[in-house]
Amino acid sequence: MSQAGQGTAPLAQQDERVKQISPLRKALIRPELGAIVGTVAVFAFFLVFASGSGMFNAQGVLNWSTVSAQFMIIAVGACMLMIAGEFDLSVGSMIGFAGMSIAILSVTLGWPVWSAILVTFALCIALGALNGYIVVRTGLPSFIVTLAFLFILRGFTIFFPQMIERKTIIGGIDTAAEGDWLAPLFGGKIGEPVFLWLADQGLIDVYTRGTQAGRPIVDGIPMLIVWALGLMLFAHVVLTRTRFGNWIFASGGDAQAARYVGVPVSRVKILMFMFTAFCATVFATCQVMEFGSAGADRGLLKEFEAIIAVVIGGALLTGGYGSVIGAALGALIFGVVQQGLFFAGVESSLFRVFLGVILLSAVILNTYVRRIITGER
Amino acid sequence: MSSFDHNPIVEMKDIVKHFGPVVALNGVSFDVRPGEVHCLLGDNGAGKSTFIKTMSGVHKPTSGEILFEGRPMQFDSPRDAMEAGIATVYQDLAMIPLMSVTRNFWMGREPVRRVGPFRFMDFRHANEVTMEEMRKMGINLRSPDQAVGTLSGGERQTVAIARAVYFGAKVLILDEPTSALGVRQTANVLSTIDKVRKAGIAVVFITHNVRHALAVGDRFTVLNRGKTLGTAQRGQISPEELQDMMAGGQELAELESSLGGTV
Ligand SMILES: Nc1ncnc2c1ncn2[C@@H]1O[C@H](COP(=O)(O)OP(=O)(O)OP(=O)(O)O)[C@@H](O)[C@H]1O
Ligand SMILES: [Mg+2]
Repeated sequence: MSQAGQGTAPLAQQDERVKQISPLRKALIRPELGAIVGTVAVFAFFLVFASGSGMFNAQGVLNWSTVSAQFMIIAVGACMLMIAGEFDLSVGSMIGFAGMSIAILSVTLGWPVWSAILVTFALCIALGALNGYIVVRTGLPSFIVTLAFLFILRGFTIFFPQMIERKTIIGGIDTAAEGDWLAPLFGGKIGEPVFLWLADQGLIDVYTRGTQAGRPIVDGIPMLIVWALGLMLFAHVVLTRTRFGNWIFASGGDAQAARYVGVPVSRVKILMFMFTAFCATVFATCQVMEFGSAGADRGLLKEFEAIIAVVIGGALLTGGYGSVIGAALGALIFGVVQQGLFFAGVESSLFRVFLGVILLSAVILNTYVRRIITGER
Repeated sequence: MSSFDHNPIVEMKDIVKHFGPVVALNGVSFDVRPGEVHCLLGDNGAGKSTFIKTMSGVHKPTSGEILFEGRPMQFDSPRDAMEAGIATVYQDLAMIPLMSVTRNFWMGREPVRRVGPFRFMDFRHANEVTMEEMRKMGINLRSPDQAVGTLSGGERQTVAIARAVYFGAKVLILDEPTSALGVRQTANVLSTIDKVRKAGIAVVFITHNVRHALAVGDRFTVLNRGKTLGTAQRGQISPEELQDMMAGGQELAELESSLGGTV
């Protein structure tokens, strides 16, 4: 691995000023390095300090995977948008709004749940498009525009249920969703037979008492996790393998330069706002199906958690650079740390300390790597 | 030389451009032929950038006529002009430093490969062409995924020029490609310009620097305060005369030389 040494003679037609780069170094120097190192560090930490706590048995894994998947869903959207050069601070409010919309449409108005879900998706994606449209038309920073929507959407989310039902939490969605064809896509589980089989083999514990006796403790993978992985894969492929992905990078890297060569920058940015809104709505729908209720305070501060995960993942706050895989790992770090400290029996306030330390170290490492890759000074 | 056998590919007649009360161009005429480098010189604010922007479809002239390949043309956007074969390389907007050379090279025209119902960017083809085109311009890239930010200023200009040439530019407009470059880098860009001319492309080269212009130019047009001060052929004008013309008269030139030689 020491081909980088000065002793080696340069190859025939090679520039004498270009040093050979060792494959190891080449493999390491990638945008996600900070997140990869962070993930390894976090898992190592908890394997040492929380291994006896059940964090790594089936139920424990399910627990932190679910929390990580939640972060991942919104981080993927925030990542694509940030690479396109914009922010969306209204994600958290959008989550609350979408959940409340499903609840009001299905419980209060008695619509079938599938239609409540579809209408909510259409509404939220339209709101995302509106966010984007205002940003590209006015040229205002998306920070300001979406901050306005943070307040507007949260305001409506509190106002409507209070006006209609005189309360801020609407329940009963689980009963409304029974037998619905679309709801299981967000609230269901997959792989039940596999888990039953695993339980039969004694690989997963089973309940010994109660109505569930004999059923495995973990009886499937929640759709939430499937959504998280699916969205991550989709976004990663779009970003790195398609023409549209190149436009996303270009729009965030230098919108004017991109316009000059014919990249439809405004369209790209608006579509990314819509994608972010889509991700927020997926999050909200899964959450509503899981809890069976919608609350006016759901999703509070989620926008910042998403942005932090994205930044841990190596994206540049100013756009044009980043990685979906990195953002997903950032979300994993987030989830594992949050739940891990709980398993380790540590004071939950330490979650913040730990997170701050990880954020700072990952970003320092990312900045160092990015300078090597992009030649920034 | 051979360039004078051709008819002009772009002809601009009496171009006037107003920005509200500002008269940026006040009747400028200019033409460029295939295989020739036509230099456009002039001081800051003379109207050079505005002039080429009317040529590349960014601005619509207030009055005046533009002929492209002998026909009057109407470009509504830079994209239209690009499609017709007029490519512009802007000093600072040419490249996106965070992106790889390949991604920059193909930006806006990415090659795609179908896999079933999906269309992916064809990176293998894109990388091969990028490496090859850069080699033709005399630059050996370490790797096509190298970020443009790791290239020098001159190399970046060269990527932009190579891109324009590869995508079939008939007219290449370069707005001050050398103004931020050192001696070696400038020499590289000038030799790239020479290669482009030899490929039969018409080049419009904007610069402040008389020596850079004289190094590659076939004809020289000097703009001053929105008007042409005249067009000269190569060999018919000395560097000093050109410098004087640019400075807008003998007096200024004397003032400049008393301040310490050539500017
Ligand atoms: N969009 C615009 N709106 C108003 N005025 C403009 C605009 N663009 C250019 N001008 C004015 O037109 C004049 C010519 O500007 P231009 O940019 O063409 O000069 P230039 O010759 O390219 O100068 P430099 O060498 O500094 O690049 C200037 O006085 C400038 O202020
Ligand atoms: Mg200019």
